[in-house]
Amino acid sequence: METKTKKRTGPVIFSGYERGTAIEKALNINREDILLEIRESKLRGRGGAGFPTSTKWMLTAAALSDEKFIICNADEGEPGTFKDRVLLIEYPELVFDGMVIAAHTIGAQKGIIYLRGEYEYLLKPLQEYLEGMRKDNFLGKDILGKKGFYFDITVFLGSGAYVCGEETALIESLEGQRGEARNRPPYPVNTGYMGKPTIVNNVETLASIPHIIIKGSEWYKKLGTGKSSGSKLFSVSGDCDKPGVYELPWGTKISELLELVSAKNTKAVQVGGASGFCYNKTQFDKALAYEDAATGGSIMIFNESRDMLRVLNNFMEFFVDESCGQCTPCRIGNVKLLEGVKMIQKGDYTFAYINKLKELGKSMQVASKCGLGQSSPNAFLSILENFNEEIFNRENGGTNEN
Amino acid sequence: MLVEEKNALTEEIELMIKKLGKKRSALLSILHGIQMKHRHVSEYAQQEIARLLDIHPVEVFSVLSFYAFLNATPKGRNLVRICRTISCDMKGKDIIVRAIERELNMKIGHTTSDNKFTVEYVNCLGLCDEGPAMAINDQVFTKLTPEKAVKLLSKVK
Repeated sequence: METKTKKRTGPVIFSGYERGTAIEKALNINREDILLEIRESKLRGRGGAGFPTSTKWMLTAAALSDEKFIICNADEGEPGTFKDRVLLIEYPELVFDGMVIAAHTIGAQKGIIYLRGEYEYLLKPLQEYLEGMRKDNFLGKDILGKKGFYFDITVFLGSGAYVCGEETALIESLEGQRGEARNRPPYPVNTGYMGKPTIVNNVETLASIPHIIIKGSEWYKKLGTGKSSGSKLFSVSGDCDKPGVYELPWGTKISELLELVSAKNTKAVQVGGASGFCYNKTQFDKALAYEDAATGGSIMIFNESRDMLRVLNNFMEFFVDESCGQCTPCRIGNVKLLEGVKMIQKGDYTFAYINKLKELGKSMQVASKCGLGQSSPNAFLSILENFNEEIFNRENGGTNEN
Repeated sequence: MLVEEKNALTEEIELMIKKLGKKRSALLSILHGIQMKHRHVSEYAQQEIARLLDIHPVEVFSVLSFYAFLNATPKGRNLVRICRTISCDMKGKDIIVRAIERELNMKIGHTTSDNKFTVEYVNCLGLCDEGPAMAINDQVFTKLTPEKAVKLLSKVK
């Protein structure tokens, strides 16, 4: 892995920040004003779902409890997403300062960062970084001289389960259980970790907080679109000359991003990872934003030489593997969709059956218990629709690829 | 398993519980600790964890069997995981896998006859911009070529 620090530039997160400065400022603002500032900024969850961050914070702040928790969701499992890895390696000060500010705002004493098992090599560096924060009084008792403000962060290592990125499954996992999503309500803001009010925020969401505190919501809102304010980190991979992490304002068009990363002969772009949507050439003028082409940041680019059925097969195998098996639509549905893909590959299918599978996909979107099963049919439905011609006009009705 | 080994394992678990506290939320960290050291969580270890945490052994197995990085049966001394997700697939993960299979004279998903390597697929390692990627134990390697991958394996003890 490349470990050298790259010089990155971007409008918000990559715009430069000095450790601790936002904490210092936040400790001198009262809690209500911080909440208002975050609300005004219109910051929304950066993991992909886009829930307003201020709502989570306000509900947790309002909840009455002797104990509250801040959890940083670093279970970055979506295929094609690696922005959190970059943030945790190169910008830990943003993430952890964001957590301290959240703790001050809602009155939490304990923070946990849930690090995915695949990032085990980050465990030591992060623990060392936290130790440094304790030494400099950014964590621990009376943080920066603020009497009575105690907060500490521990790192919890996951063990290879995509579904644990779902916040209630993540909490189950932290409590020593199978990572199976809970029924909601109650929501974690009231009944979270250990039954206590809990904020679960994505790494990137937390990393945006210090900048909003320092530069204000007005400045932040100027970036992006009306419904998607600020900037977003995009993890770009696939067929392009310059893959990597890019920070761009929300509202950037897919075509603009393709140009930026020097992608040539692009046939398809998968926006939002395996659980996202696949767009064809005629849709490249879509804007990357919650209201148009929504994404947690994964952008995968496919050029003319790629077989979209192979791509879909790869995604469906992933979901069959990662479905936790708790609810039927997701457990059985993904297996059926994968079977359908294999049928098309072999040329052994009827359109009547494929149409049934599409209906099944739509049922999964409404009937699955958590985000995994609700979003896993997206790729199936969008690839069959947007690449209809390529998929159903194959020679011999299919190829021998697996 | 020798009695001595059993006692040592129990002691290890006791030590971890002392550090983490005797509570259900310590379970995953304990399993992880045992997995790291012994490369699997044996039936005996599961029973001891259950006894010391005061939960039913099936609870321990239920959690153990859920997570991809925990296993109840031993694997090879070194674990090689190759990313199979689409970005690494497009960058040629199949060629890497075939080269490793040839070199180690085995099939992916299995363990070499000398028990030195277990080679498996893994879902997205989060190194999509630097694929193809693989992990050898807890270290990750990127931009692999067949030659580079085989060379990395030859350096493993």
